[in-house]
Amino acid sequence: MSIKISILGLGLILISTCSMAQTSAQGKSKQMLNGKKVYDIYCQACHQADGNGVPRLNPPLAGTVYVTGSKTRMIDIVLKGLSDPLEINGEEYNNPMAAHDFLTDQQIADVLTYIRNSFGNKAGVVTVAEVKKQRAKK
Amino acid sequence: MQKISSVIAMLLVLNIVAAQPKQQVPIQLPKGFTSNIVANDLGRVRHIAVNSNGDLYMKLDRLVNGKGIYRLRDKNKDGIMEDTLAFGNYTGTGIAINKGYLYATSDQTIYRYKLDANQNIINPDQPEIVVDGLLNKRQHASKSITFDKVGNLYVNIGAPSNVCQEQDRQKGSPGLTPCPILENAGGIWQFSTTKTNQTLNDGIRYATGMRNALGIDWNNEVNDLYVTIHGRDMLYQYFPEMYDQKRGAEMPSETFYRVKKGDDCGWPYIHWDHFQNKKILNPEYGGDGKKEGAPNAIDPLVGFPGHMAPNALLIYSGNQFPERYKNGAFIAFHGSWNRTPEPQEGFYVVFVPMKNGVPTGKWEVFADGFSGMSPVTNLSAAKHRPTGLAQGEDGSIYVSDDKAGYVWKISYNK
Repeated sequence: MSIKISILGLGLILISTCSMAQTSAQGKSKQMLNGKKVYDIYCQACHQADGNGVPRLNPPLAGTVYVTGSKTRMIDIVLKGLSDPLEINGEEYNNPMAAHDFLTDQQIADVLTYIRNSFGNKAGVVTVAEVKKQRAKK
Repeated sequence: MQKISSVIAMLLVLNIVAAQPKQQVPIQLPKGFTSNIVANDLGRVRHIAVNSNGDLYMKLDRLVNGKGIYRLRDKNKDGIMEDTLAFGNYTGTGIAINKGYLYATSDQTIYRYKLDANQNIINPDQPEIVVDGLLNKRQHASKSITFDKVGNLYVNIGAPSNVCQEQDRQKGSPGLTPCPILENAGGIWQFSTTKTNQTLNDGIRYATGMRNALGIDWNNEVNDLYVTIHGRDMLYQYFPEMYDQKRGAEMPSETFYRVKKGDDCGWPYIHWDHFQNKKILNPEYGGDGKKEGAPNAIDPLVGFPGHMAPNALLIYSGNQFPERYKNGAFIAFHGSWNRTPEPQEGFYVVFVPMKNGVPTGKWEVFADGFSGMSPVTNLSAAKHRPTGLAQGEDGSIYVSDDKAGYVWKISYNK
């Protein structure tokens, strides 16, 4: 009996783990889709459709630790903008980026998830909770 | 075995081809003109100058082997500039030769080097400082220069801003009236070449209302200053209710002006609209896409399609090209980035026919093909981006590229 229960329990755990993974995969693909929409409106003009940016002016989002590294730094850049000198892979970029704090937590989570998983990047998702937490620190 | 040796042979051929970086892309020119590459792989070659003896000077915006100025010389007069001299430990854009001096600029300083009777630089490691402390806030910081015939130097001090908003490049942020940037930037300043160690206050604001007049040249035919200006960004992105994506890609015009002392070209309050041929009030200052503004600002000679980035201007005074080119304007367009997702535009050298200082016909593409593709869908894939122009003593012109560091010489063969 006790064995049966534990088997049943194991089965339940397995099922719930599977469905969680499924939900998170679905969640990620939804974030990717919505993130691209946000990217096309607010990011693409400067960072370009291929994420390679513009030499001397707007930094690339492809192949840089600014994108694949710290999530909190990236969330901060979106919320507060960036006008400090920025050097990426030996190149300097000179155009300031405006604060995008008018985007919702969901939009920021989506667009950062999209950026972290596009242009050859492979990094983790950004959640609404992570954006909310960073915004509250302001 | 045969297969292997043919593969090896192919690899050898490939290797030889790879060792010849020249003529990556074919340059299209009008009938009778030819181009050849005279420099390559020097990185970010910005403006260029050619001395009376044929020496080519290039100002680099990224140091190559620790140097920011390169000179190429054809020592044995065989038509190939085989001799290289590198000096100057600073990056920048501007370079020009005037009355026995080579002038070069960083983003805050104008330097000059005395040339001797043999056109050699007397002391390449100790230039004089002509002007120091020019505004450098990184955005639109390139200091391009030219000279009049009576010993004055003109320098573009670009506005470190898109359209002088309270918060630069912030959607919804209002424009500032009056724009405080115009006090020490956003125009052309005139300095004397008889003095050294000058600062901004030693010069005069010759003309104002220019966002970034990167193309600058003196027209000796009519004795006036001419400039090309980069127009504002983001009309569609900030004001989608007034400008759709296509219109935002085309607008505002890139502009070509004849400038007299005291002139105002209207930035940041207006932009030029080459469809309406009007000075249109920028939305940050209450504009709606139709309302006109800045009644006292001068009109440009030509309005080009938006965002193509006119990086250099050359008023042609040579005798080599056919008569119609004399006293006309060549303009090097760097190529756009902010037309996305529309195809990018520019990446060519344009000619504007002129007589007595005014255009006599429509502008035309003179030299094309630098990007190596058509259309340019991704800026990062463009092979070359025209950035600088210079005229040789023999009347040939030179075009530089700050993507791969090439320089082409363009000649007319009768």
